[in-house]
Amino acid sequence: MATYTLISSNVLASSAASVTFSAIPATYTDLVLRLSLRTNNSGLNDSLSMIINSDTATNYSFRWLRGNGAAASSSSATSASAFSSNAGGVNGDTSTANTFGSIELYIPSYTVSQNKPFSLMGVGENNATTAYMNPIAALWSNTSTITQLNFTPVSGTSFLSGSSFYLYGISNA
Amino acid sequence: MVLIQLVIQSPFTESKDNMATTYEKIATTTLGSAAANITFSSISSSYTDLRLAVTFFTTSNGNVLLELNNDTSSLYSYTAIRANGSTVVSNRSTANPNALMGFGGSGAAGGIPALSLIDIFSYAGSTFKTILSNTSSDKNGSGFTSSLVNLYRSTTAISTVKLLSDAGNFDVGTTATLYGIKAA
Repeated sequence: MATYTLISSNVLASSAASVTFSAIPATYTDLVLRLSLRTNNSGLNDSLSMIINSDTATNYSFRWLRGNGAAASSSSATSASAFSSNAGGVNGDTSTANTFGSIELYIPSYTVSQNKPFSLMGVGENNATTAYMNPIAALWSNTSTITQLNFTPVSGTSFLSGSSFYLYGISNA
Repeated sequence: MVLIQLVIQSPFTESKDNMATTYEKIATTTLGSAAANITFSSISSSYTDLRLAVTFFTTSNGNVLLELNNDTSSLYSYTAIRANGSTVVSNRSTANPNALMGFGGSGAAGGIPALSLIDIFSYAGSTFKTILSNTSSDKNGSGFTSSLVNLYRSTTAISTVKLLSDAGNFDVGTTATLYGIKAA
């Protein structure tokens, strides 16, 4: 078995309100998502929302470090009903044309019966005005095996054409 | 505008075992009892870079330390940036006996684990070694996100990697996997 395997992918040929990976097999050790994102939000940036296993209870918490080219800041959320990337890695519709934000999400031990920590690194440089980079530490306080991941924009209503979603499985077997 | 709800189901792609593999598992450990360290030894020099994925519990809210080739002389230094949800701090430290991988620590077994992703670049080369680590330690009300670059001022190829905790032991359920990444 290969160690680092593409499970599924989707490159949008037209706008989409959401993207869902479902029926994720439990045959890997860790999950990695590599995302290239732009939304129809009428601003320079947007954020990515992720819901695991359709769980909208207050089981998500996260804290982030964010740099915008001039200053660094930090904030956090606790007992949230969804995870949010908080402006890192998602370009809005008024950002420089043909630019997309980039995100890597790492979810270790997604089948193990324990609370699930995960990390996100998001960047959104656009050779113009405000752009962010932010590493995020996150926690899903749930011991269930992860079988589904759902993504939506936080401010916009759809991901734009050309956005891409790649889900990989890493096996240590 | 027409909004399209996309739901991606199987089929999942089959692994391409006939292709050259660039990302390989070297070894993995999951602790069945608390331990002071996790050691990977006799590491082949046939890769270009090493990656460690460590999901860890500790008995005293510890962070991961890295000791290379059993070398505890003062050859390690780091520059770090970390945030706890309200403030951002950057600092550096020199002449350390090991390499610090993150801040925030983890809970004990059955509690909240933390995650460290560690890249050791050009580990088999004859130049000093650079180590990049990103640690996620969110505890639903406290914790840190942190990124560090460590320098190990040794020209010896790395053949042993020892993981330690800076407080207490690694607890039951800690999983550490060492991967090799090939450029050729």
